[in-house]
Amino acid sequence: MSGVRVLVGTRKGAFILTSDGKREKWDVSGPHFSGWEMYHLKGSPADPNRIYASQTSGWFGQIIQRSDDGGKTWHQPGTPPGETTTPDGAPKGESNKFVYDTSAETGAPMTTHQFYDGKPHPWEFKRVWHLEPSLTDPDTVYAGVEDAAIFKSTDGGKNWKELSGLRGHGTGPKWQPGAGGMCLHTIILDPKNPKRIWIAISAAGAFRTDDGGATWKPINRGLKSQYIPDPDAEVGHCVHHIAMNPKRPGVLFMQKHWDVMRSDDAGDSWKEVSGNLPTDFGFAIDVHAHEPETIYVVPITSDGLHYVMDGKLRVYRSRTGGNEWEPLTKGLPQKDCYVNVLRDAMAVDTMDKCGIYFGTSGGQVYASADAGDSWNPIVRDLPAVLSVEVQTLS
Amino acid sequence: MIRIILPTHLRNLAHVGGEVTLEVPAPVTQRAVLDALEANYPMLRGTIRDHGTLQRRAFLRYFACEEDLSHEPPDAPLPEAVASGKEPFIVIGAIAGG
Repeated sequence: MSGVRVLVGTRKGAFILTSDGKREKWDVSGPHFSGWEMYHLKGSPADPNRIYASQTSGWFGQIIQRSDDGGKTWHQPGTPPGETTTPDGAPKGESNKFVYDTSAETGAPMTTHQFYDGKPHPWEFKRVWHLEPSLTDPDTVYAGVEDAAIFKSTDGGKNWKELSGLRGHGTGPKWQPGAGGMCLHTIILDPKNPKRIWIAISAAGAFRTDDGGATWKPINRGLKSQYIPDPDAEVGHCVHHIAMNPKRPGVLFMQKHWDVMRSDDAGDSWKEVSGNLPTDFGFAIDVHAHEPETIYVVPITSDGLHYVMDGKLRVYRSRTGGNEWEPLTKGLPQKDCYVNVLRDAMAVDTMDKCGIYFGTSGGQVYASADAGDSWNPIVRDLPAVLSVEVQTLS
Repeated sequence: MIRIILPTHLRNLAHVGGEVTLEVPAPVTQRAVLDALEANYPMLRGTIRDHGTLQRRAFLRYFACEEDLSHEPPDAPLPEAVASGKEPFIVIGAIAGG
């Protein structure tokens, strides 16, 4: 029997919500890793029992957790489950070691990026924002980190190596952090071309590699940002999130710091598709699993007011790939609601009737089993939600 | 044996219930104690000291014998009471937030 498993990261732990194909009754498991900021959990498309999680804390730094049984039990890769040390007695403990590669052979020089005061600042690792498991190998996974860089593990998260071509490709000194930090928050793998990866950084912009991560180029042509000196600059745009339907690689949808954008050429150029949205500021964006022209956003009032407009929680759907948007409100609060939905907090399943899920800063996780026509809360009172992903289980 | 008290979240991570006790060869210093701790509990690497630089993480402090030893050099000998096991070496997190 098919079902879904929703992976929810919150400011105080992770929760796993499971249901059958009807998506009406839910089991809630958690909190896992109580008290920690769970920035992101994501399952491997190649093995649904393999789930990776980013567990972080301002006090204790970064931990990578891995489950091999669908989230029932967890361990730090390299530390066997149930044991406190490695069998050979030699401590590994490398699964949370993210060190920028500055080696002459494979690395890039440690340059600087701009900081909040406009001065050059060296790269400093803070946390993993996003984990993107390989589409084909459960032991391969990418990590998007703050300060912005991309790392890759090929041994199930035990060891990580920076793909330093991104940090070192040349525009890095012009990058600067957004209010939330200079984070690499989006990683999209091309299902038809294993060497193509798209990433996005707040607040540097979008970038693409066509050679498996050795070299990268900015792909921000067409983005306009009035809050930087040159609105058409090559880099410096605050891209909030990018989504792509895997059935149509290369057609990308972007929620930016203002503007919803679309690219039909793998990011080489972008055009605005905000259309009739009441406001085109927001963080989350996603694409219907079976309808590549149907996209979803959750507009929030403005860059100065990070909550939904008019006290109404509305998801907006376009069935035309943008420009023409309709509000989806059935089952969502339409008064006295002032929540936000963060960039990684929306996901879709691949059931016949595509399900949409999102989590809010108020701790609710909503689900729609009918592509957004109606919504129900799965849970209402979690800690603030940082991320939502969903696995469709057969 | 050296006694070490960890913050709750690190006790959970290391799967230990109370104090940790370890053999630490002389000289007993901050570095030696933390090296021994991480050797026995590799899941704690990077959570007390930065992985790359081994600098103490900013929101943690080292207390012992009613003193804050956080700013002492890592290779300075710890108090005799810690080295003898009479007093614990305490790793404590800032109390702000939660």
